[in-house]
Amino acid sequence: MISKFLSGDGPRSRILAGMLAAIFVALALAPFLFPGTRPLDVAARICVFVLLVASYDLLLGYTGIVSFAHTMFFGIGGYGVAIALSKLDVGWSAIALGAAAAVAVSLVLSFLIGLFSLRVKAIFFAMITLAVASFFAILASQLSDITGGEDGITFKVPELLRSRNAAYYMVFGMALALFLALLRAVNSPFGRVLLAIRENDFRAEALGYRTVIYRTLANCLAAVVATLAGALYALWLRYTGPNTTLDFGIMIDILLMVVIGGMGTMYGAVIGATIFVIAQNYLQDAMKAFSEAMKGVPLLPDLFHPDRWLLWLGVLFVLSVYYFPHGIVGQLRARSKR
Amino acid sequence: MTPAVVPRTDWIPPALLLAIALGGLALIGNPSTWVTLSVAGLAMGLLIFIMSSGLTLVFGLMDVMNFAHGLFIAVGAYVAASVMKFLSASVDSESFLVNLGALAPAMLAAAAVAGLLGLFFERVIIRPVYGQHLKQILITTGGMIVAEQLIHVLWGPDLLPLPRPATLRGSFLIGDMAIEKFRLVAVVLGLAIFAAMLLLLNRTKIGLLIRAGVENKEMVEAMGYRVRRLFVAVFVAGSALAGLGGALWGMYQESVTVAIGANMMVLIFIVIIIGGLGSVGGCFVGALLVGLVANYVGYLSPKIALGSNILLMVIVLLWRPQGLYPMNKQ
Repeated sequence: MISKFLSGDGPRSRILAGMLAAIFVALALAPFLFPGTRPLDVAARICVFVLLVASYDLLLGYTGIVSFAHTMFFGIGGYGVAIALSKLDVGWSAIALGAAAAVAVSLVLSFLIGLFSLRVKAIFFAMITLAVASFFAILASQLSDITGGEDGITFKVPELLRSRNAAYYMVFGMALALFLALLRAVNSPFGRVLLAIRENDFRAEALGYRTVIYRTLANCLAAVVATLAGALYALWLRYTGPNTTLDFGIMIDILLMVVIGGMGTMYGAVIGATIFVIAQNYLQDAMKAFSEAMKGVPLLPDLFHPDRWLLWLGVLFVLSVYYFPHGIVGQLRARSKR
Repeated sequence: MTPAVVPRTDWIPPALLLAIALGGLALIGNPSTWVTLSVAGLAMGLLIFIMSSGLTLVFGLMDVMNFAHGLFIAVGAYVAASVMKFLSASVDSESFLVNLGALAPAMLAAAAVAGLLGLFFERVIIRPVYGQHLKQILITTGGMIVAEQLIHVLWGPDLLPLPRPATLRGSFLIGDMAIEKFRLVAVVLGLAIFAAMLLLLNRTKIGLLIRAGVENKEMVEAMGYRVRRLFVAVFVAGSALAGLGGALWGMYQESVTVAIGANMMVLIFIVIIIGGLGSVGGCFVGALLVGLVANYVGYLSPKIALGSNILLMVIVLLWRPQGLYPMNKQ
């Protein structure tokens, strides 16, 4: 039964299964287990980022292409909902319209970028997406009549979502459903072709699969899921702005999460996003304590300054790419195989 | 295999550059404004060229794309800011020679530190991931994250002022044309570096080997030359140039933040894509195109200005999908 939900692609490691189950239970019961605004906010962030990172894993881990434009699609979703809710009557139809429009924009954009640049090398695609994403971020901050510029848009949500618990369960439910859908996609024949392309695109092409089409499809699918994740995040925050969606820092966060969690595993997204968001919110407190304890020692207090937490995650990231290319999930699976 | 014909110089891209300059004159109308904008565009373009030439050569030689190239730019700018602060008495002096006594050490220090960092970076970060594009992108991006944070640790998170030397502040007035002195210096310096690079690449044995290595690495190795060493040298030189360019760019903006590297990276990628990955000549023309178009469009319609680079890239790629000067690789 559970195996069917997971598309037959189970955790394949006892420890991993335990971790996933613990995360699932903690997130499912978050409003009751961890009362308070901040813990619930952390839980919602984890849900959204699990989804966002999983969709990125479809690109990076399963198809083997690096995109720097994932936050752009995340932002399109957020702005779609925000613009619809601030310009139209507040209601579910506005949300649906905004999300649908955002998905349509993302589809067209990802299709164009894909056709335009996926024919050639992975490096070319990475460079093009970086340029397009930075252009989009500038555009969003310049068109202040529509997007609210640097301030972003604060908007009202329908009656039902004003209850924090109801809003949380909407985020949780949607994230769970879409995550399972992604898991289904990577375990379908389509997902197998993507893996084949990642391993050897020349051979996949020789077997009769048009690699450009499959890569573009994967790019579009990832973009659509990222857009929906952006819409969910906007509805949770009741705000959309450049700093919560389009910032290049978020792109870096996504990369860190997917690599540390484990590329090409989907579950890596769950582990990576959970660890990262918790570290983002609570590691800084620990570092602050350590930094103050180290006062007087040269350089150390600066290295452990609470704002330098990204330094340590960056080091972890580099080490992961060298030594654990499949991240935490890959390590756990390799261990249970032995 | 590519046929063994002597390639003739393709004059269409430089002609395009001229056409854009003349078109700019026609649209702007006022010649003195046009001169001011053109000098600004050329200065910006040449600075971008200094920063990006190493990256494109490294890619051509070894198929390595360093996403952390912006790091060298940032480090160069920070080192220059520190040196200038240390020598602030000479920076504020009214004599050009005394100014030079601060400017030259700042430039040299920026280039030297960036070059050394490049050597370290090549050894530690890039060497283990040759031939693996995906890992290269990830590793160099990771290196960039760590390095940016280390810059924060060493220099602090705040904006650092990077003053221009006193005699290079303000502008020359020729008739009613205003030309910023510093931009003129940037143009002269940029052209000098470009000329030196052309001499090195076209008139020396090392240059010959580099060009041959870009065209066909295996063949050069079969002849008994170590392309690897050549590559390390090019990587270090490219990093040093990026550091020098970063120092100049910081002075151009008169301040340094850690974002300087990442911001320039986007422009640099656009330039080397426009030029054709691996082509130094293409990189030069592409950088000038980007500089000129950015300044003209910025004057004519500031709203579109930010998108002009992307638009330029798309148009060039629709015309020549491999960039202005495609490199023939087998």
